[in-house]
Amino acid sequence: MDFDTIAAISTPMGEGAIAIVRLSGDEAIAIADKIFQAPNRKNLAVQATHTIHYGHLIDPKTEEVVEEVMLSLMRGPKTFTREDVVEINCHGGIVSVNRVLQLVLRYGARLAEPGEFTKRAFLNGRIDLSQAEAVMDLIRAKTDRAMNVALTQMDGKLSRLIGELRQALLETLAQVEVNIDYPEYDDVEEMTVPVLLEKCSWVRDEIDKLLTTSSQGKILREGLSTVILGRPNVGKSSLLNSLVHENKAIVTNIAGTTRDIIEEYVNVRGVPLRLVDTAGIRETEDIVERIGVERSREALKGADLILLVLNGAESLSAEDERLFETIEQMDYIVVVNKTDLQQQIDLQRVKKLAGGRRIVTTSLLKEEGVVELEEAIAALFFEGQVEGGDMTYVSNARHIALLHQARQTIEDALNAANAGVPVDMVQIDVTRTWEILGEIVGDTVQESLINQLFSQFCLGK
Amino acid sequence: MPTQYEAGTFDVIVIGAGHAGAEAAYAAAKLGAKTLMLTINLDMIAFMPCNPSIGGPAKGIVVREIDALGGLMGKVIDKTHIQMRMLNTGKGPAVRALRAQADKVLYQQEMKRLLEEQENLQIHQAMVEELIVEDGEVKGVITQIGGIYRAKSVIITTGTFLRGEIILGDLKYSSGPNNQQPSIKLADNLKELGFDIIRFKTGTPPRVNNRTIDYSKTEIQPGDDVPRAFSFETTEFIMDQLPCWLTYTSTTTHQIIEENLHLSPMYSGMIKGTGPRYCPSIEDKVVRFNDKPRHQIFLEPEGRNTREVYVQGLSTSLPEHVQKKLIASVPGLENAEMMRAGYAIEYDAVIPTQLWPTLETKRIKNLYTAGQINGTSGYEEAAAQGLMAGINAASKILGKEETILSRSDAYIGVLIDDLVTKGTNEPYRLLTSRAEYRLLLRHDNADMRLIDIGYNIGMVSEERYAKFTAKREQIEQEIARLREVIVKPNADTQAAIRSVGGTELKDGIRGADLLKRPEMHYDLVASLTPSDKEFSEEVKEQIEIQLKYEGYIQKALQQVERLRKMEDKKIPENIDYDAISGLATEARQKLKSVHPLSIAQASRISGVNPADISILLVYIEQGKIARVAND
Ligand SMILES: Cc1cc2nc3c(=O)[nH]c(=O)nc-3n(C[C@H](O)[C@H](O)[C@H](O)COP(=O)(O)OP(=O)(O)OC[C@H]3O[C@@H](n4cnc5c(N)ncnc54)[C@H](O)[C@@H]3O)c2cc1C
Ligand SMILES: Nc1nc2c(ncn2[C@@H]2O[C@H](COP(=O)(O)OP(=O)(O)O)[C@@H](O)[C@H]2O)c(=O)[nH]1
Ligand SMILES: [Mg+2]
Repeated sequence: MDFDTIAAISTPMGEGAIAIVRLSGDEAIAIADKIFQAPNRKNLAVQATHTIHYGHLIDPKTEEVVEEVMLSLMRGPKTFTREDVVEINCHGGIVSVNRVLQLVLRYGARLAEPGEFTKRAFLNGRIDLSQAEAVMDLIRAKTDRAMNVALTQMDGKLSRLIGELRQALLETLAQVEVNIDYPEYDDVEEMTVPVLLEKCSWVRDEIDKLLTTSSQGKILREGLSTVILGRPNVGKSSLLNSLVHENKAIVTNIAGTTRDIIEEYVNVRGVPLRLVDTAGIRETEDIVERIGVERSREALKGADLILLVLNGAESLSAEDERLFETIEQMDYIVVVNKTDLQQQIDLQRVKKLAGGRRIVTTSLLKEEGVVELEEAIAALFFEGQVEGGDMTYVSNARHIALLHQARQTIEDALNAANAGVPVDMVQIDVTRTWEILGEIVGDTVQESLINQLFSQFCLGK
Repeated sequence: MPTQYEAGTFDVIVIGAGHAGAEAAYAAAKLGAKTLMLTINLDMIAFMPCNPSIGGPAKGIVVREIDALGGLMGKVIDKTHIQMRMLNTGKGPAVRALRAQADKVLYQQEMKRLLEEQENLQIHQAMVEELIVEDGEVKGVITQIGGIYRAKSVIITTGTFLRGEIILGDLKYSSGPNNQQPSIKLADNLKELGFDIIRFKTGTPPRVNNRTIDYSKTEIQPGDDVPRAFSFETTEFIMDQLPCWLTYTSTTTHQIIEENLHLSPMYSGMIKGTGPRYCPSIEDKVVRFNDKPRHQIFLEPEGRNTREVYVQGLSTSLPEHVQKKLIASVPGLENAEMMRAGYAIEYDAVIPTQLWPTLETKRIKNLYTAGQINGTSGYEEAAAQGLMAGINAASKILGKEETILSRSDAYIGVLIDDLVTKGTNEPYRLLTSRAEYRLLLRHDNADMRLIDIGYNIGMVSEERYAKFTAKREQIEQEIARLREVIVKPNADTQAAIRSVGGTELKDGIRGADLLKRPEMHYDLVASLTPSDKEFSEEVKEQIEIQLKYEGYIQKALQQVERLRKMEDKKIPENIDYDAISGLATEARQKLKSVHPLSIAQASRISGVNPADISILLVYIEQGKIARVAND
């Protein structure tokens, strides 16, 4: 078989309790072995084909446990693609699935093109002739759709930033090239290692920022950390349940395993929320009660978003007012619950305390107002209020994988430059970085460098 | 019309004796084809109409490649140069390149002599006006004076002669380069035969008499004082070299240009052809980069037995009286006498996507085109194409396999692939940045890359090949030894390492790993790991480069390997792109016009995206299955 190993999420996004990340190709098992650890520490390489294994995905670099998974091991040719296939079953939320996908992409797999599993199945003789036409249609349709999705998922800010990085790299490259192709041209300063280092470090830092402050780094990896806050019995657990229920979040335990801490991931209109320590909340009913206002402030520190629940059937208490104070500097939405009962709460006062934040009224009992709450969360997120000012939103798995690659090649360039490798070799990795970034914005025309060369410098005899 | 007569029958006819024609005719004859070379003027064989220089970045490597494949250019320039320099010595090995200043006249004489001596090759002075074509196959040529020459294949290498027009100020007249006869009937004939033609333009600067140059106002640019050669076979080196000189344009130069811009045919609209960006005229440079206070001017002697000097950097088509003022405005040239004026020339070129990668035309069987006619510019680019066309034309007749170099084999592969896959909308010049694997395509390893190919075709002699394989073995064995041998951290070793500013060893280290340290050289490592063998500088250089840059080389080789799988997926010749549902319209059109031979080539066509490639793959595999099913 002469293909590289590909990976993709093979279950529809956000649906179902379990999601599958599928790997196919010669390296599928080797890649899985790099990141999978079974309780008995046995390598997948020595396991029989068509078997299922329980264990943990561990990032070998950070030794961090990424997920608890069930993994199906299937050696070719008795597989869908006739290649070696590994399927990683993980919790179905967008966040955990993406996390697993990113991990396999970092450790050697390539993100599958649209329809590529089917294409391989066909090329490897798994699908017969009569289906070829359908395969071609599928590839076309999926590609067109994927392109649309990729484009709409890329916001203007990201493409502008990538554009800037590429332009900086291109100018650097042109300067290296001009020294090579026109050695006696006297008008450019020789591209020295310090200059190159400076430019490349800048690009690396920008990519880092994208990777860490972006939704990938923070939001996609962890979800938007969300705390539901309120006095006892105002309806916090009910709110959690209805958010979870509405959005089919994964509360699942994989059969036979138990977990102490369940982080609830819900995907609210495309916004991944991580409802923190919900098991705890559910059991003790109330963080405020449990740890006191002082300590709850600590717990709230890491939160990106707070849902402050008030009981509309009671008047505002001193404790409610204190909660407002505690979260004064944070992003929050006020949920006035129990609208089905006689209302006692002073809404004017609530508005004043909320200082312009969104206020949503609900009756969780009657399942009213939840849609409005979801809309408020989504609006808050997409208007950029939650992201924070300088955050660029990278969510497309392909973009993230490419950013990781770009990060690696620019790092290679920096290491080489530091080790005294000649500039024209360091340039190989710089060029590669430029190309990879180009793939994100869909532009890798080689001519650009030559155009840059002749527009930046006055060359020729 | 003159009376026509049957003038003879040949295997291969080469039209033209420029840099492309010379290599093409030599290669075809060398491979055993009965070859005829026809050219307008026998005294102009391998004439250099522009600067007296061969090589430079990328181009110099091409000359090495031509030599490794058994071509002539390297050997001829080694015998006839007035100066040679290795460029980019301060950079990595991938971009080192040799450049020579040529004695133009000696170069022509030496090339003519070698061609005259070549067995199987007839040379004849004649202007070809028409191709004989029957049933889409070329059968011969007819000359202006009525000669009918029949042949199994024909290679056209007519350079800038097709419908050539010289432009100088407000003057425009029909002419080949340097006032030679232009080739008009043949240009008409190619159009009639249905070829798509594009109009290009290039130019050349004035020449001056060196007796009238004040060199005290210029900087000397000497050649290297170590022996240098393009050819791997050269053993005699010319150490008696002539310098070039560097001066600059002045503010007066720029003023003169600005005042006379309206007289430039470039700006009056008289020139319609597209010129090369990398050979801009001085008026172009001043207009486009008007914040640059001065431009470099190199004064290059045209030969040993002439006082004519080429004024590099002053390419122009301004009227002669303005050119004279321009010259006088350059420090050192105040009193210089102009011997010839610069001029621009417009000419017809064949859009090169009409060619197969063998340089055979798709439209007419056994007809090849090579050199500037294919939209390139430059002596080396022309020679490289000539060589490949000559090899392929002869091989086809002799029933041998075609030779197509890949982008990872040679710059020649990059050049031809770019031409036939992407085409070009300006005169095409090789640049190192056009090669994606330039670390593999080095000056030093041209023989390692290509001699096997040259030998298998029959361009490289047994004797030369035996010498080469001995060299290759030495390199391999010594590298293997260095990978094994351990350098111990004793007093001698530490002292040697300190002497080049390295950090001392803590433990024993393999010779190969020690050599990888940036400050280390082969000789030093060899002295610490004594063996009884002595190697040439060439061999030592190979060992050092192969080991020092191993990581990068491996990375590049892996990329090449991945690409090779795509190269190996051939597209059937009779593929019907209209029958493939799902191809995007643009991709379908491009694929139909380029007719790529492999999936890899298809993927390099602009406008053909990955989905189209997937669909193409599926379609081709479907064809295979269908065939199997039918059997
Ligand atoms: C004015 C000028 C300026 C240039 N400037 C540059 C430059 O700045 N940089 C650069 O890289 N290159 C430059 N070049 C290009 C370079 O000279 C050419 O690329 C190179 O010489 C092309 O080689 P060739 O073999 O294709 O054609 P040529 O060397 O032009 O040879 C053509 C041959 O074909 C013969 N011929 C033509 N028509 C017929 C016919 N009908 N019958 C028989 N024989 C025929 C001619 O006699 C001649 O022998 C310039 C060329 C010119 C003319
Ligand atoms: N009438 C009414 N009761 C509600 C509503 N939401 C929650 N409750 C009830 O209020 C009580 C406390 O709810 P719970 O979600 O446990 O509150 P928590 O202590 O804040 O987690 C439960 O009996 C709920 O059924 C509502 O909208 N209307
Ligand atoms: Mg509760």
